[in-house]
Amino acid sequence: MKQQLEAIRTSALEAIAATKSADELDALRVKYLGKKGELTSVLKMMGKLSAEERPIIGQVANEVRAKLEDAIEAQSAALAEAALAQKLRDEALDVTVPGTPVRVGHKHPMYVALDELKEIFVGMGFTVLDGPEVELAELNFDRLNAEEGHPSRDWSDTFYFDADSRVMLRSQTSPMQVRAMDTMDLPIRIIAPGRVFRKDEVDATHSPMFHQVEGMVIDKGVTMADLKGTLNLVMEQLYGKGTVTRFRPHHFPFTEPSCEMDVQCHKCGGAGCPTCKGEGWIEVLGAGMIHPKVLKMAGIDTEVYSGWAFGMGLERMAMRRFKISDLRLIFENDIRFLEQF
Amino acid sequence: MNLSRKWLNEFVKITASDREFAEAMTLSGSKVEVTEDLGAEISNVVVGKIVSLERHPDSDHMWVCQIDVGEAENVQIVTGAWNIHVGDIVPVARHKSTLPGGKKIERGKLRGVVSNGMLCGLSELGLDERDFPYAVITAAAILGDYKPLDPAKPSISADIKAGDKIYGSVVAAEVKDVQNAGVNLWRCALSTGSGEGELVTSCQNLHAGDMVAYDTKKNIVCTLADLHAEQAEFPHCIPDGIFILHEEDAALGQDIKSVIGADDHVVEFEITPNRPDCLSVIGLAREAAATFGAELSLHAPVVKGGAEGNLTDLLDVETPASDLCPRYTARMVRNVKIAPSPKWMRERLRAMGVRPINNIVDITNYVMLEYGQPMHAFDYRYVKGGKIIVRRAEEGEELTTLDGNVRKLNRNHLVIADDTRAVGLAGIMGGLNSEIVDDTVDVVFESANFDGTCIRKGALALGMRTEASAKFEKGLDILNTLPAVDRACELVEMLGAGEVMDGVIDILNYVPQPTKLKLRSDKINELLGTDVAEAEMVRILTKLGFTVEGDDVTVPSWRGDVEHYSDLAEEVARFFGYNNIPTTLMRGQTTLGGYSPAQKLEIALGSVCRTMGYDEIITYSFISPTYYDKIRWSADDPRRKSMKIMNPLGEDTSIMRTSILPSMLEILTRNYNFRNKSARLYELGRTYFEREDGMADEPKVLSLGAYGDGVDFYALKGCVETLLADIRAEDIRFEAVSDNPSYHPGRCAAVYVGERRIGVFGQSHPLVAANYGVDTELYAAELSFDALFASVGSDPIYQPLPKFPAVTRDIAVVCDEATTVGALTDCIRRGAKGLLKDVVLFDIYRGASLGEGKKSVAFNLTLRADDRSLTSEEADADVHTVLALLESELGAHLR
Repeated sequence: MKQQLEAIRTSALEAIAATKSADELDALRVKYLGKKGELTSVLKMMGKLSAEERPIIGQVANEVRAKLEDAIEAQSAALAEAALAQKLRDEALDVTVPGTPVRVGHKHPMYVALDELKEIFVGMGFTVLDGPEVELAELNFDRLNAEEGHPSRDWSDTFYFDADSRVMLRSQTSPMQVRAMDTMDLPIRIIAPGRVFRKDEVDATHSPMFHQVEGMVIDKGVTMADLKGTLNLVMEQLYGKGTVTRFRPHHFPFTEPSCEMDVQCHKCGGAGCPTCKGEGWIEVLGAGMIHPKVLKMAGIDTEVYSGWAFGMGLERMAMRRFKISDLRLIFENDIRFLEQF
Repeated sequence: MNLSRKWLNEFVKITASDREFAEAMTLSGSKVEVTEDLGAEISNVVVGKIVSLERHPDSDHMWVCQIDVGEAENVQIVTGAWNIHVGDIVPVARHKSTLPGGKKIERGKLRGVVSNGMLCGLSELGLDERDFPYAVITAAAILGDYKPLDPAKPSISADIKAGDKIYGSVVAAEVKDVQNAGVNLWRCALSTGSGEGELVTSCQNLHAGDMVAYDTKKNIVCTLADLHAEQAEFPHCIPDGIFILHEEDAALGQDIKSVIGADDHVVEFEITPNRPDCLSVIGLAREAAATFGAELSLHAPVVKGGAEGNLTDLLDVETPASDLCPRYTARMVRNVKIAPSPKWMRERLRAMGVRPINNIVDITNYVMLEYGQPMHAFDYRYVKGGKIIVRRAEEGEELTTLDGNVRKLNRNHLVIADDTRAVGLAGIMGGLNSEIVDDTVDVVFESANFDGTCIRKGALALGMRTEASAKFEKGLDILNTLPAVDRACELVEMLGAGEVMDGVIDILNYVPQPTKLKLRSDKINELLGTDVAEAEMVRILTKLGFTVEGDDVTVPSWRGDVEHYSDLAEEVARFFGYNNIPTTLMRGQTTLGGYSPAQKLEIALGSVCRTMGYDEIITYSFISPTYYDKIRWSADDPRRKSMKIMNPLGEDTSIMRTSILPSMLEILTRNYNFRNKSARLYELGRTYFEREDGMADEPKVLSLGAYGDGVDFYALKGCVETLLADIRAEDIRFEAVSDNPSYHPGRCAAVYVGERRIGVFGQSHPLVAANYGVDTELYAAELSFDALFASVGSDPIYQPLPKFPAVTRDIAVVCDEATTVGALTDCIRRGAKGLLKDVVLFDIYRGASLGEGKKSVAFNLTLRADDRSLTSEEADADVHTVLALLESELGAHLR
């Protein structure tokens, strides 16, 4: 009987090791360990053994059963592993096949540039204002010290709605300075982005409609040094730490002193290259200390308060940022253009 | 404004390189656009003298020249030009030289003969005849060069001999000798076979041995024009050739740049409109002197005068339009000799971008550039009655200006007139009827001050902005007219161009009061954030021509832009250096920045649109009135009432849109025409409605537009629903719209939140698409931003997640085609008894089995109780009541 058990062990272990599938293995389990299995059959004959033999054979039989069960379990695990490996192999994909497209819309590049700028100013405590595009010439010009006779008031430059040149399409966002002065409590820190209109024929650098952002600060003891410091900070946030800037005298009717701000060309570091047209500097905005006449017209005491303001063209900023060569692309709205941003 | 640095150096010595100069001037407020070295492209070109001239052994039109360039050895050069002679002084481009246009000259062989460079013509040096009027080349017809147009019928026989008649008084003659006889003149000995003759000609292409056509009557050598010949008949007798120099100061071997004025450097400035004083050499010299701390040396003109006659007898000036002519200053010059002006003057004019014309005209231009004071010279002969009247033009009065155009004037124009007619358009351009011509004898120099606005508007109305009007319109220094006219007279005397009369006519209609300001150094430092010493401020202001006494500052007459302490602050800042002002951060009370709720909604809506795959666009606020036709608005549609731009660029941008739809359709169309297969676009743009006060209400509209794959009514509706869901709008309702002319009558809906109409969307009417030339379905939505803003729902409140399972039931009901899904859904919701949590449409089926005009609509119902697991029986009971209501209300029965 012991030999019988050993024979079962040997043949069963061989058979288990040779199985190729879970079904085969299951069949073997039944064949050897099932109710009518070979091992069970042998064990059924235990009764015929002597009392001395029974524990010995019993022990052997249990050993054989345990061995077989272990072997089946191990083989089962091995088969499962192999089956999984096979499944994974079968499921392998060509990862170079393109992914299923997810259609996401794109922000217009002009607004990409504007939003970036807005975030910077909002972070510095500026409020964002929105104002009318159909504007009074009084606010667009007179209140900004561009009196009757100023060339920008000409019908060749500005769009008007009446023969008296009273109502117009704002030619700059600067009337928002006046609107802020008239309606807000001091101190004021605002930016006002928006559409502006000038009578320019469409070409690669001109459009009768474009966008500007105006900025203004009025407080006690505001200085030109503050203007420089704040705008330098903005440029560092836009173009990176260590951005070099310079300020040049310029002229605007509603600021005095007035300046233009240049950023050193990032491409050539100021040596002069095609990007900066050989100048080494790229003009980014116009600014200045608010003209005392403008403050006075708004009823602000220039002996106590002073302020600075700036204005910049957004299309130019976006074009520079994304190397867009032609302004017409901005308003053409070709999706092949829009989807690049 | 161009500035010759040579000219500048006459007033202030600046040795800085162009780059340094440009940088420093830009930073002190005179922005430099570009600098140019006039002779940058010319190198190794020298003055040479032709020592000998031999015909090329292997060419019938080339010459081998030996040139003396001031060195021990002559230089041999081969040239094809026919206008040179032994003794001529010429520009010689030597071996390894460069010329304008990047041309490089090297040693080479021409038909086997070595040529060590090239002789240059005017154009090869970047010049033309206006720069050197004497260098005009006249070519005689050389009979040996004759090529008949028709070889069978030559007009001149090939074996013509001296003395043979050509036609009329013209005979063939042989050139025996040619000698220079002055600037551009040659003494030429001729033989007509039977006789000998001599004449002086300006034809430059004559050489001993040439056979020419000689007009015995006129005693001239004939040119092509004299013979009525065509250029093709005399291919080498062209009015082009080498530039023969007649400059006294040119030495052999001298660099040609200094001879032709190409040794100057020109700086182009962008002058801001508040600084008309800087539109002059003297103005810029003052700025340069202050910038570089250099000495400014100005010159006071000295006029000898003394010409015969009494000025007041000859000339009388009246200024009836005194408000437009604050000052009129004039002087007279008699017995003028019109001639080209000297080289130095021509060079300076040219460097500043002004073409030389003749000495008198050049003087007026020269003074305008130097003093910034426009001047005009007119021929006294044509000042009828010896009277100059500065008056407003008559309505419809006509004047032919110097450019030959007839100008129709009105009362807003200011003219210079005599007793009978206008002779000039004040401050803009002179009249052709009083132009300086070659035989002008007496000249009136006008140096006046006109009202800037009048000149600007006048020039603008006539579309003729001139150098003079551009200056006047900015408001010029009223004290400048007298020195300018004196300078012109001084130059007349210096050039020997005429005799200046004593006396000046000077009418002053306005006495300028100098502006006086207080120097408030503390206030200036406060504004700038600096600590500039008052003494330094005084130094800067004084350098610029301000007078400072104590704290009283007197502004110079040419600085009309300075009227306030802040203007003085700018002067101080400019020369203290903008970049020396410290940088500080904002101090003072902190402010809370940020976005308004409406701005936040704009940001959120844009973000949702992009998430849904829509690209942002920007369209013009103004449109063409025809756009309303394109979207099929009836002619009397009140929405057509748009704000009209009085002076639009064109009809396409002439009115303010009251609808954003045409703008969107325009862009969809454009993309369609670009063959973009599909497009999904959005814009948050304004529309414009005129208010009582003439201003506008400018409501914003969120427009969506789409075409192409995956775009249909329900896709667009899904986007509208998503937008509304994002703002948590409640009680959303859609209603079919069949009467909007822009939309498909069966595929258009209005969307409401409660009773508030949000907008309209759907498929564009096929006729609208056709109007845009598009043969695909275009979809659009127009949603009022204000309505969206008003519909923003309250913040969400957390609802506990269900603890008990739901039961789902599918039902399909058959109903009339006319019964809407909305009505069915509404009915289902009302029929349920509180267990129904959700109704989802999943199928609509139409088929013959259902019968004509019927459809089957299938819904998935989700039922759930919050406090227990539902039994099937409970769910079924609810479904039964739903079905009963569907049956009774809508006649829909279970399929």
